[in-house]
Amino acid sequence: MPSARSWRAYPQTYRLEASRCSGCQKTFFPPRQVCNACSGREFETFRMGYGGTVVTHTVIRTPGDQFQGEAPFAVGIIAMDDGPKMTTQIVDVPLEEIRIGMKVKLEFRRMYAEGHDGVIEYGHKAVPLRE
Amino acid sequence: MSVGIVGYGAHLPRRRIKVEEIAKVWGADAPSYKKGLELLQKSVPALDEDTITLSVEAVRNALTRAGGIDPADIGALYIGSESHPYAVKPSGTIVAEAIGAVPSCHTADFEFACKAGSEAMFVAYGLVKAGLVKYAVGIGGDTSQGAPGDALEYSAAAGSAAFIMGDDPDKMLATVDETYAFMTDTPDFWRREHQFYPSHGGRFTGEPAYFRTTLGAVNGLLEKANLKPEDFRWAVFHQPNGKFPARVAKMAGFTEEQYDVGRLVPLLGNTYSGASPLGLTAILDVAQPGDRIFMCSYGSGAGSDAFVYTVQDRIREVQNLAPKTRWMLEENTIQVEYGEYAKMRRKIRLAGE
Repeated sequence: MPSARSWRAYPQTYRLEASRCSGCQKTFFPPRQVCNACSGREFETFRMGYGGTVVTHTVIRTPGDQFQGEAPFAVGIIAMDDGPKMTTQIVDVPLEEIRIGMKVKLEFRRMYAEGHDGVIEYGHKAVPLRE
Repeated sequence: MSVGIVGYGAHLPRRRIKVEEIAKVWGADAPSYKKGLELLQKSVPALDEDTITLSVEAVRNALTRAGGIDPADIGALYIGSESHPYAVKPSGTIVAEAIGAVPSCHTADFEFACKAGSEAMFVAYGLVKAGLVKYAVGIGGDTSQGAPGDALEYSAAAGSAAFIMGDDPDKMLATVDETYAFMTDTPDFWRREHQFYPSHGGRFTGEPAYFRTTLGAVNGLLEKANLKPEDFRWAVFHQPNGKFPARVAKMAGFTEEQYDVGRLVPLLGNTYSGASPLGLTAILDVAQPGDRIFMCSYGSGAGSDAFVYTVQDRIREVQNLAPKTRWMLEENTIQVEYGEYAKMRRKIRLAGE
């Protein structure tokens, strides 16, 4: 992703800013222009918390160029405690231990870099919740 | 008006590698390293962890303990490290953006070997005390590298600690009562431009560098504050290995009971700019109101920043609000072998690199 395009998404990738429809309270991540439930066009922005649950996951064994050296790694859909779902890597856990329903926490991580002399892209990945 | 720490937080990578695992690759004698350096293992950052990611997590933990302050009220954010991911482009902008402190925020990246973190804390404290900003964040974090097979490889580790400085009496966790800095030009450890690994002066890093500088700061601060070692409940020193902080503490008149809680290095390794700041977070995790804390960093080159803190009543309310440093250090860990460590630390060159 070119850095200008990813820069526009920093509120979402860096701060997990989501939107809540003012009409029906449905939440969206990333934010939408029109609510797909009530067609409302007014939203309030809110910052999601970091907790979530694994809805489903898969293992990538043949990665794209930007992820060379990282495979195999898990990618999952995470249902955030604040409502929206998001897709991201699940890390810091053996692949065979990842389960649907597993509680996770989002941590700020490097997502990929634009080559060895390009911009480093940051975002959030899921790690198992341990307390 | 008292100025001090209103929020603190730490973050450590989960991976660890034991001294034996490194020694067996290089044919070195692990027991002698363990005894000589008093090191058992060190932290290893994953491929997707760097000084910025560790620092964002540390600041978020500090905000959790800061009593609901608005990140937009943070007027300055400084991050000290010798492993900033970019040679040109600030780490602090990314950290500030991630916590929501932009755009009304003064930011700079600091470097001074292992004392860059305490420099960030010192400047953050000074700006609040001067009344220029409401809150300021000082961060010390590193993902340090040691050349394969070098003595540094057994200790060079990763971690970050963050402190929010402020002056609200109702949010105060520990006041900063006095500070002192000791600095001379002493070339004991360095890394030239474009070099991947640092170089060091071997035994020269000891007596004329670490010990002279640390003791200079310790004695200078004790005299300035008119205090004695026995006036403190806790003490934390820079910890490049297990032996140095224990020895300098005893030379200065502090006891093992005072320094052992903040001496994380046997299980963590040397987190460079994060070292004494992380030790301070471990002390704050267990400190009681009224406890006085002595802190002294050390950065090769060479200098030390020393601080006197007094713990306040609110500490009890916040200690359990975010992960404690000893829990991250001792319980939330994954052991790795040398091969995975070499991959994580990019010591293996991939096709196309």
